[in-house]
Amino acid sequence: MIFIKRIVVPYVITILVVFLVWKVLAILLSRNVLPYPEDAIHAFLSALLTSEFWHHFAASAFRAVMAMIIGWGIAFPIGILMGSSHQVDKFLSPFVSMTYPIPKVVLLPVILLLFGLGDFSKIIIISLILGYQVLVATRDGVRGIQPQHLDSIRSLGANKWQLLWEGYLPAALPHGFTALRLNSGVSVAVLFFVESFATTEGLGYLIMDAWGQLDFNAMFVGIFGMSLLGVILNEGSNFLEKISCPWY
Amino acid sequence: MLTVSHICKGFDSKAVLKDISFQLDARETIVILGPSGCGKTTLLHLISGLEKIESGRILIDNRAISKPIPDVALILQNYGLLPWKTNLQNVALGLKIQGVSRKDRNTRARKILTDLGLAGRENDYPSVMSGGEQQRVAIARAYASEPRLLLMDEPFSSLDAITRENLQDTLLTTWLGTTVPYLLVTHSVEEAVFLGKRILILSGSPASIHEIFDNPGFGDIAYRRSSSYYELIRSIRHRIGEYW
Repeated sequence: MIFIKRIVVPYVITILVVFLVWKVLAILLSRNVLPYPEDAIHAFLSALLTSEFWHHFAASAFRAVMAMIIGWGIAFPIGILMGSSHQVDKFLSPFVSMTYPIPKVVLLPVILLLFGLGDFSKIIIISLILGYQVLVATRDGVRGIQPQHLDSIRSLGANKWQLLWEGYLPAALPHGFTALRLNSGVSVAVLFFVESFATTEGLGYLIMDAWGQLDFNAMFVGIFGMSLLGVILNEGSNFLEKISCPWY
Repeated sequence: MLTVSHICKGFDSKAVLKDISFQLDARETIVILGPSGCGKTTLLHLISGLEKIESGRILIDNRAISKPIPDVALILQNYGLLPWKTNLQNVALGLKIQGVSRKDRNTRARKILTDLGLAGRENDYPSVMSGGEQQRVAIARAYASEPRLLLMDEPFSSLDAITRENLQDTLLTTWLGTTVPYLLVTHSVEEAVFLGKRILILSGSPASIHEIFDNPGFGDIAYRRSSSYYELIRSIRHRIGEYW
């Protein structure tokens, strides 16, 4: 029941509203530019029954999930170290401040040269973008720990590792997961970008290919697929946050 | 059991504590009474080993203190419970840090929580507990490691009057049962007289001990209703009027 109330109902309402606005727009504009929502939805639902759609969906999901795992797995520990140790922070923080404002997508040519045109490059660029957000959020979260929580652990005789494990790590977890969840949308956006070239797999490719053929219904199949992927990633990180931070 | 001799401490060249000396015996309790911001917290942090002393010596059972040890439990202002741990995990944390097995530490933590009237609340998080309940958990955590000395930093100052008296009773009852000596700092004269066998008046900048009061009536829950209790409060009030 709670699942239906909290998760299903809001999505159903949203879909209805989007449908109505879309329908009005489609009538006002022309059918050639914007297909009627029922046509697009029909195309999407039929696509859901084809293995071709799921093949593209799986390719995109693999890239996004791998990127999230790698980006989070590297950035989260570094964020904790930077937030908890002055020495590490002093050493790394100029590097982060200098590279943080650079839009990471502009590094794409460099990454393609280094790692080739395959999946690996696509995953790297997404995890780089995601990783920076997780790193900064985690670092700032750890810096914001109340000193009395650390005092209380130290007063029980904890050594450096115990302080890290009992204090910094759990204090950082919600920040790391929130950054992951908020940026799952960014991952999907970048996914579209990196799938628009040098691949014949993935939802991004599906959209670009349909666009090239002026098949607008097929294009919306890809767009809906992206949306579905975004929702799954968002709810997935939400779920991870809930089970690993039950106090939050 | 605790010997503090001639300790001085300052931060950024500003002296906070000056030449503090006193002794706490194994079957005794001391309350340090002083105004807010006079250095009481600093003094407790020094004794617990969280901060380094500048000069002087702190000995516990003739051993010098240089870092926190399990024999000394500290209850921090605002309880110091970790929001990411359940009450049971908070109480068992000291034992976990000492390497006690999960089964043993949970058994002991559960028993102490029950003794303090918190049976059934083991798996709740501190955020859903009232201030008084959180303070009980903090007391449970302090006793869980079976410390030889308990340090408390204004433990009851953020509680309402009734809850505060209840917890003061709990603390005194626990002391009567275990006689683990404690050192408590507070700015409340009433609390000092109810909980301290001796009362040290700390004041000045840098702070030093101005006066020591003996409290012969200490150790009885009914003391609060006696006239000698009020007389001592009155005479301390009278004396501190001169320094605060």
